[in-house]
Parts: sequence; structure tokens; C-alpha cells
Amino acid sequence: MSTTESHVHGIGQSIKRKEDDRFIRGKGTYVDDISLPGMLHMAILRSPLAHAKLVSIDTTAAAALDGVVAVITGADLAAHNLAWMPTLSGDTQAVFVTDKVRFQGQEVAAVVAESAYVAYDALDLIEVEYDPLDVIVDPRKALEAGAPLIRDEKEDQTDNRCYHWESGDKGATDAAFAKAAVVVSLDTHYPRCHPAPLETCGIVADVNPATGKATLHLTSQAPHAHRTLFAIVAGLPEQNIQIKTPDIGGGFGNKVPIYPGYVAATAASLLIGRPVKWIESRSENLISTGFARDFHMSGDLALDNDGKMLALRVKLVSDNGAFFADAQPTKFRAGLFHIVTGSYDMPVAHIEADGAYTNKAPGGVAYRCSFRVTEASYLIERLVQNAAYELGTDPAALRFKNFIKPEQFPYKSATGFEYDSGDYPRALELALEQLGYNQLRQEQKKLREEGKLLGIGIASFTEVVGAGKSKEYDIAGLKMFDSAELRVHPTGKAILKIGVQTQGQGHETTFAQIVASELGIPSEDVVVQYGDTDNVPYGLGTYASRSTPVAGAATAVIARKLREKGRTLAAHLLEVSEEDLEWETDHFSVKGAPDKKVSIQDVAFAAYTNMPDGMEPGLEGVHYYDPPNMTYPFGSYLVAVEVDEGTGEWKVRRMVAVDDCGVRINPMIVEGQIHGGLTEGYAIAAMQLIDFDEEGNCIGGNFTDYLIPTAWETPHFETHETVTPSPHHPIGAKGVGESATVGSPAAYVNAVVDAVRHLGVTNIDMPVTSAKVWQAIQDAKT
Amino acid sequence: MFPSRFDYSAPDSLDEALATLGQRADETKVLAGGQSLIPLLKLRFAAPATLVDINRIPGLDVLEESNGHLRIGTLARHNQLAADSLVGRRYPTIASAAPQIADPLVRNLGTIGGSLAHGDPAGDWGSVMLALNAEVVVRGPTGERRIPIDDFLVDIFTTSLNEDEIVTEVLVPQPEGSFGGAYLKLERKVGDFATVGVAVHLELDGDTIARAGLGLTAVGSRNIKPTNAENALGGNKCSDELFAEAARLAAEAADPVSDVRGPATYKRAVVEAYVKRGLAEARDQARARAGRT
Amino acid sequence: MDINVTVNSKPTSADVEPRRLLVHWLRDDLRLTATHVGCDTTSCGACTVLVDGTPIKSCTLLAVQANGREVTTVEGLATNGQLHPIQAAFKEEHGLQCGFCTPGMMMVTAALLEKNEDPSEEDIRWAISGNICRCTGYQNIVKSVELAAGQIKAERADATTA
Repeated sequence: MSTTESHVHGIGQSIKRKEDDRFIRGKGTYVDDISLPGMLHMAILRSPLAHAKLVSIDTTAAAALDGVVAVITGADLAAHNLAWMPTLSGDTQAVFVTDKVRFQGQEVAAVVAESAYVAYDALDLIEVEYDPLDVIVDPRKALEAGAPLIRDEKEDQTDNRCYHWESGDKGATDAAFAKAAVVVSLDTHYPRCHPAPLETCGIVADVNPATGKATLHLTSQAPHAHRTLFAIVAGLPEQNIQIKTPDIGGGFGNKVPIYPGYVAATAASLLIGRPVKWIESRSENLISTGFARDFHMSGDLALDNDGKMLALRVKLVSDNGAFFADAQPTKFRAGLFHIVTGSYDMPVAHIEADGAYTNKAPGGVAYRCSFRVTEASYLIERLVQNAAYELGTDPAALRFKNFIKPEQFPYKSATGFEYDSGDYPRALELALEQLGYNQLRQEQKKLREEGKLLGIGIASFTEVVGAGKSKEYDIAGLKMFDSAELRVHPTGKAILKIGVQTQGQGHETTFAQIVASELGIPSEDVVVQYGDTDNVPYGLGTYASRSTPVAGAATAVIARKLREKGRTLAAHLLEVSEEDLEWETDHFSVKGAPDKKVSIQDVAFAAYTNMPDGMEPGLEGVHYYDPPNMTYPFGSYLVAVEVDEGTGEWKVRRMVAVDDCGVRINPMIVEGQIHGGLTEGYAIAAMQLIDFDEEGNCIGGNFTDYLIPTAWETPHFETHETVTPSPHHPIGAKGVGESATVGSPAAYVNAVVDAVRHLGVTNIDMPVTSAKVWQAIQDAKT
Repeated sequence: MFPSRFDYSAPDSLDEALATLGQRADETKVLAGGQSLIPLLKLRFAAPATLVDINRIPGLDVLEESNGHLRIGTLARHNQLAADSLVGRRYPTIASAAPQIADPLVRNLGTIGGSLAHGDPAGDWGSVMLALNAEVVVRGPTGERRIPIDDFLVDIFTTSLNEDEIVTEVLVPQPEGSFGGAYLKLERKVGDFATVGVAVHLELDGDTIARAGLGLTAVGSRNIKPTNAENALGGNKCSDELFAEAARLAAEAADPVSDVRGPATYKRAVVEAYVKRGLAEARDQARARAGRT
Repeated sequence: MDINVTVNSKPTSADVEPRRLLVHWLRDDLRLTATHVGCDTTSCGACTVLVDGTPIKSCTLLAVQANGREVTTVEGLATNGQLHPIQAAFKEEHGLQCGFCTPGMMMVTAALLEKNEDPSEEDIRWAISGNICRCTGYQNIVKSVELAAGQIKAERADATTA
């Protein structure tokens, strides 16, 4: 790793964000800000029922309304072979309903009109007749024999099972359980929630009737993958598809899949010959696009009498909704849930997962999460807390006893992961010290005597991110590499083009810092471009904390390659041999004669004006990075809560977070990512819930029911760090966008449970509402 | 989201507004703060043919004491009530409730008249006004009516306001003796409707309760006035036992349903806890006021 | 219906449908796209603008209701190309990530600091509690508002002593 002088504003510096200059002026350009000449507006009619045969659609009145240009139904799409599309998990999904509705909010028809107001007027005029069918909302019931078949259109599908998947060693795990002194069990539901970025999904589809070129302005976290999938879905030649992703108002996994609205708007533009804009309403976003979680988990943890962990067994049922559309690597049907052994030296483990189709929206996106790592982290951290209670030991002490030790890295887990690096005891020690853990435990005891409830929760998580390693990881067949193209101009300024897609993470700033550190060009002289598939190299996109681990590595590698070319140029300029040169921050100098030097800017100029004979001109290059391994960020979170026994209300008193994401490129941005993640973790623990009634009606279809914490509820965070670099990443970084959302829910829940465990409460499922806390206390009393 | 079409008028006198309203009263909606109505229009849950915007009518935002009452104009915004110094000094239940309604931005537009006329059992003002024995003044084609709040609130989204009438004022009796009050609201987050809300008003003569007023939010098909609890308090000396008994009676008067905010048993328990706490807080305030005079 | 509204100090006339929401008029007709729409239920505050100096949700006000009034959006915050201290502070303290809630947050901040030049953390958290941010966890927004408050106070002090 290079040591960076401050003047190039490279890695390790909290420089201010470049992107902010436009945002603070209100000059960002989000998809809905785009207005093209002749642009039409599309609105979608959605099913009010969750499971029903489509009997008829009458669009006559809607089509006749002044200002309506077209009404599109499933039959219209079917005529163009667009009624169904592939999902990211190898299943198929209806674009618009042609046979039957499978979830409430499913797309039935669309109106394209001169204005959005008129489009919505016309929706009211479409008449649809449905024939209701029995609804299944419980995935466990969906898997029972005789349950009504949701996917009756699939030839080989005879039940509602969408996958069965196992990981680990069943025999060895059963054997370990047989001789265990203590077995601790937990049944818990990680509820369905939704990433709900503040900007909903949308598209401006602009298919040029003369050239056939389709320019799609899209809310996309993965523009290139979307281009390829569009080519496959729509049958358009890929060279004629340009995905342009403008500013994105948050993604959090929501903008990874392709949604029916995108396809319909593109088809409409193609058929009508005018640009078509479709912007989701918030309700549409919450009821129909990629949900997250919804895992019903049963975990058993086997320990010996000393509290040493022996084995872990998990059985889970996932609720995948009507279409198996999880955004996850092909090989792993329950994502990377098998990281469930967490931060602990677990000799053996076995996981058995079954996925169920239900009458709910599809999705299963990795909401600020690396493919089901969040569910896994939650389960193990809740289990460990309960195991400590069972053993009568301190929850921190039990963790220390079982942590993978620093000297055990690289550590091969029981389910096949190779953890790259870590120092778990150090992170937890720091967190305990910052919280004043022992003192707080004493206060807890004292308050209990006064009838007041204080609880302390711990979560020591380990994530697996940065997919990663193309041999094992692909999405829809596309290997999960990423790319960076660096063009250094003659005057020493540069453009970096990356295949990943920022949605607020600050790539324009941090990726320029990587170039600054590796190539010595000040980060302010490096423009970072992304999100235009005609302009930037192929990449798989931003999710699963993969930008820094993969594209960040690609950036470092291409910068180093150009630096090596620069060495040849410098030798030529200084008239010495390459071996006589050394690199320092932003220049080459002659060993032993530091005054004899050329700057990177001199070298760049020479690449275009004065290259040695036979050298290919220019200082540009592209690198596609295929990671040798995943990265494993970790940390320890401590939460102290006060609980009101009379009403169940709980309030966070302290929240201490220690994160280790390896080397931090921009500490300010890293801290911002952690703040955001801790908030979403709190939101999931406390209030965010997409629920359904027995008829499959979505409860949580807008922001009055799907609760997002405001500044008032959100705790104040105390953040700290340890730095354990990734040994295989070029700059030692691990990725941080999701750690806090992955790790923190268990800490909040553990804290509330800790406050009331002496009353007999051992579990409260999320979201931990005041009503549930109160109920748990009442139940424990009786 | 996008409202369906409607006609709009913004008269600058009440008579004009009433005349417009009278033309097609069943298809016309009065637009005050709009913070409940416009969301309904956007979601197309409401599609009136006409909106009569009363925001340009002068005098409807009056806020003053006269003739033994606090007169609150129908257009008084929640934030106006939260910030008003007279309200802060003399009407602690109102001052306590106002900043807990919706969120700060909604409070800048939302009005007391609009809120009461909406008749939402989860609305906060109904309970406050029940605790304070307020009256609602309405104007219609045949003149003015003064309706006791307990008669004004009828059922879920139903009041005794006729379609051709407009709420013009709320009259709150001035407190006597040493007084205290509070509004306790359990909400899942800022901006949420109440899971449970409890309005408390106490007037003390020494340590004897001269008048007790209570109102309950979101635990019935309208805001509830737990008269048994009020009666139990009136004429008695303040004590924790008395407050506990009143709280029990108030919880009995509550008629909540189980929903996403919690089971009915829970909501009853919160009513009981909050009434107890609210009474203690109101008593402490009243004692402090007595100490100051 | 004809309306006359002063938008960012500029008198603006238009003929709008009564049902047109203020936010749509600003965004789609005037092309002032800084003001965003994040929900359907008056919950998120991304559309916050000032009407006669008071912050309101422009998705819950009809354009016709703004007739005769003064509307300020983020586009009207900077003067003569000079960033408003609030804008500078949001950048300085990393008070934004995706930027979608930022215009609303800054308009609420502008109104808060008009009324309260030295707000506490609690004052700030309360004042912005009608605005949702999904990225920052609010902590750096609070810091941004604190910094802006200090800057504005210092500028005022300079102006009075100068």
C-alpha cells in the first residue's frame, strides 16, 4: 500500500464530496427530472386482489379519454412475446397479468397519456373482472400438501416450493448435537421489509423510431446487467440499448431487479415512437417492487458445559412471494445465509432452507445486505445472547470465548467460507470500553431493584461481501467481476470510468481518491464517470457492498498498470534505467538523487508527446477485476435501552458502534455509511414492516403504514473503528455500506430482550413495537 | 399522486363560501388546512366536484379570550396554537397537544376546525376539546349553531356538522382556580396517528378537584369522554389511589380494537397508564400554579 | 385558473388546473426540479418549500392556493451565485448522501434558523422530523444545521459590527 501525501487528497482523507456541489444547489438530475420533447406519461393499473383469475379487461372508456395515447394489457404484451420475463433467480415473472393475478398490486394494465394526471384519470375507467382464488400468505402453509398452486403455469411445478438448499455437514452436526451438554434454540421470523429509497423506481424510455436505438434513463443499481437482460427480454440488439443512470435517490437493493414497469414503458416507447416516462408512486414501490428478508428461522446452538460452541443447526423457510426473483448469486439459493456461523469458531454446522411461493410481491432483494447475510447475522447473534442467559454467563464473555482468534485467519468456516482477516476480540473490547459496559451492568442491577428496566444488547457480526470470485458467483449467468477504465489526459488530468453505480455512496469522490493514491493525480483532477453503458466498461453494479471490494480493486490495479507504463516513460525522460527509479506519491525520482524527478503530469504529457521508440502512445487502460476471495468486514455494536414496563415503550440511551471495514478510503464517507446503516438497522428492529392480512392485502403500502424513523426517533450514534486490512484486496479495503444494517438489528433486539429477560422474556420478534414488548411481559407473567 | 378534476373557489367572505357550498353541498368539500383532505384527493379516496377554499376569509384565525372563553378560529393552525403565549399560559392541555399533532410541516397548515370536522377518532383535538368541555361554533344557511363537542363528535368520520355548514370557531371555557393539563400520546413515530392519546384537564380548589376533564383518542369509533372517571375525580382530594381508580374507569370506557398498532388489551393498558400519569402531571402543574399565586 | 405567484423572487403567472399540486407546477411547469416527490401520503417532506417563509409540503397544497403568495425553493436559496451558509454547511458536514431529501431538509433548516438562531440538537431533530432521510441517519444533518446556525450568527454579528 502506498503512503499518501496529503496534497493529492488520496486514501485516508476525509475530503468533501464532489457530488455535493450539484445536490446542494438542487441541480441533481434524477430520472423524474428528465423531460424529453414529446414525452408521454405511463400509469399502471394494479390488482386489488392477491390471487384471482383474470376474466376480462375492458379498456374502451380509458382509450377514448382525451389525452390518452394507448392502453396496454397483458394480451398486448403477449402479442409481442413480452408477457413474461426472466427473474434474477432463474425463474420467470409476469410483466402484466395474462392468466391470473398472483399478488396484490400486480401489474394488470397501463395507460400512456399526454400527462400523468390524464393517465391516472384513465386508470379509473378501465374495468377488470376477476374471479377470486384462495390466497396463501403463510409460506409454511404454502408448502403443505394440498395448498392451492400459485405457479400453475409452470410445467414441472406441482407444489409451492421454489427451492430446497442445504449447506454444511448434516451428519457431523447431528453427531455434535448428540453429545452436547447444552442446546439453545430460537424460532424467529425476520419480517418482510422494504428498502424504500426516498426516490422510487422509474424510467424514461426513449426508443428512436428512426434508428431503433433505445435510450433508457433508469433507476438502476446495475446498468450493464440491465442492458443485457433487456436485450434478452425485449429481443433488442444489445448494441442499440443504452442504459443511462442519472442521479439515483438511494437504492439499498431496491433498484437491482428489472421491474414490469420498465419493460412496459420501453415497449410503449417502441410501439408509439415517443419517449415514455413511468415514475412509481410510493405505494407501487412498497407493494410491488423488491421486498427484503421474510425468513422464518429455527436455530439450534450446541455448546459444552464450559460454553464452547460445538455445532449450529438451522432450518429455515423463506417466503419468496409469487415469483422467485431474489437478486442473488445463482449457486446459492438462500443467498449467503451460510455465513450464519458468524464470528465464532464453529466446528460444524448444517443449514437447510426451503423457499415457498406465496401470494405476495416478489423480490427478495439484498436490502443493504450481501444476499441474506443480514438474516444470518441476526439469527446467530440472537442465539448467542440467549445461550449466555441459558448458561448464566455474561453475553460478552461468551462471545470472547468463542470468537475466531486473530491467529486463525485465514479461517475456513464450517460452511465453506474462507474469512480473509479479522480481530474480533479487539473490536468488542473497544466497544465495551467505550460504552462503559461493566458500569452499565451495575446500573442495570440497581435500576432493576427500583423497578426500572435497562437493557444492554451486543452484536458482534461478521459479513461476507464483495462478490466476487467468478468461479462461484454469478447473477443470471453474468460473472461477478467489475471494471475500471482510466484515461490520463496529456495535461495530467484523468477520467475514471467504472462499471459500478453510486446511489449516494460518493463514488465520484472515493474512486478519485484511489486514483490519487495510486497514481499521484490529485483527486480533484480525476473525474469519475458511471451509469452510461455506452460510455463505461461492463460491470455488475453496486449492491452487496461490492463497489469498493471489486471496482475499487479494479481502479487500483489499472492505476498501478498505468504507473508502470509511467515508469518506462519516466526512465525515458530522465535518461536512466527503470530499475534506478523509485515512486513517491506523485513522481518518479532517481534513487539516491531525489532532485532528479518527473511528476506524473510530466509523464502523462510524455505519453502523448514524447514516448520512447516503439512504445504504444497514450496513458489509458481498462482492467476487469475478478476477486480472489470475498471480503469479511466485521464489528461489534452495543446498545443500551430503557424500557417502560407499563407501556412497553423503549428508547435507545446509548449506541456504540465499532466497525472494521479494513482500510478506509474516506473516513467521513465511511462514517456516513455507518450512520445510515445503523439507522436502517434501528428502523427494521423497531418499525419497518410489510405485513399482509389473510386475504393477501398488503399492510404497509405507504409511508403512513410502512414506518420510517425520523430524526426524532433515530438514536445518536457513537462510532469507533479498528482497521484490519483485507490481505487480498489491492488497497486493503473491505466495503462498508451494509455492515451496520447487517449487524445492528440484533443489537437493538438483544438490548430490549436483555431489559426484560429477568421477567421471563426470551424473545420478541421484529419489529419490536411497544405493543409487542408489553405483550411479551404480560405473557411472561402468566 | 394525482387528484381527479374538481372546481375550485376561494371566496373572501363566509357568506360567499356558504353560498357556494349550498349549491351542491353533497359534492362539495370545504378546504381548510388541507392536510387530511388533499392526501385523500391525491389517493382518489375522495373526489368532490367542488372545493371551497376558506383560507382567504379574514377573521377565521382568531385566537383570543372573551366572554369567559378562549375563542379559537377554525383556521388556527396547529403550530399557531403550539406557539401562542396565551395558550401556553392558560391552556396547558392545548399547548401540550398541539406540537404532538402530525409533523412540524403539517402543523404549519393543518387547522383545528378542519381536524375536528374530519371526525377522525384518531384525531387529537377531539379528545382535548372533550377534556375541556369545548363547544364548536358552526355557520350554515340558517345561521349559527353552538354545538357541545360531545354532541359534535358522532362516529368514525362523522360529526353533527351538516353538509351545508362550516365550522367557524371553537370555544373553550376559561379555566378557574389553579389548573393543569396534559396530552399524552403514544405514537409509533413522529407523524403517526395516535395508538392511544389521553387528554387531561384538572382544576383544583386547594387539593380538591373542582373539575376534571378527560378525553381519549383512538380507542373507539370517536374520541371518548370517560364520564365515569371524570365523576369519580370531581369533588375529591387528589391522591394516587384516586388517580388509579379514575385511570381504571377510563380504561373501562375505552373501546379499542386490535390492529397493527397493538391488541385492544394493550391499548386499554396504555389508557390506564397514561391517565394516571396525565392526572399526576396536571395535579403537579396545578399545585405549582397555586404556589405561584 | 389564473394564478400569480412570486417564485424565488420572480413574479410568475400561469393558468393551472385547480387540481394541480404545487409540487407538480414547480417541477413540471416551471422546471424547478430541486423539489422532489418521495411519497403519496404527505409523509416524507422531500417536497418541502417555503410559502411566505413557512415550510410546507408542496405535495399537499394546490398550486391555486399559492396564488398571491411567495414561494421559495432551493433554487432560490443561493444569492448571486453565492452559496447560502446552509448549503455550504450540508457539504461541509456530509449532511447528504443521495441528495434526494436534501432540498427539503435545507428549506426546513432555512425556516428554523429564521426563528431560532441557536437551536439545540433537540430543536433541530424536532424541526426536521417532518422530513425523511434514508441515507444519513440524520446525525450529520444535525451537524450541518448546527454549523449553518453558527455561520449565520457569525455573519450577522459581522454585519452589525461592520
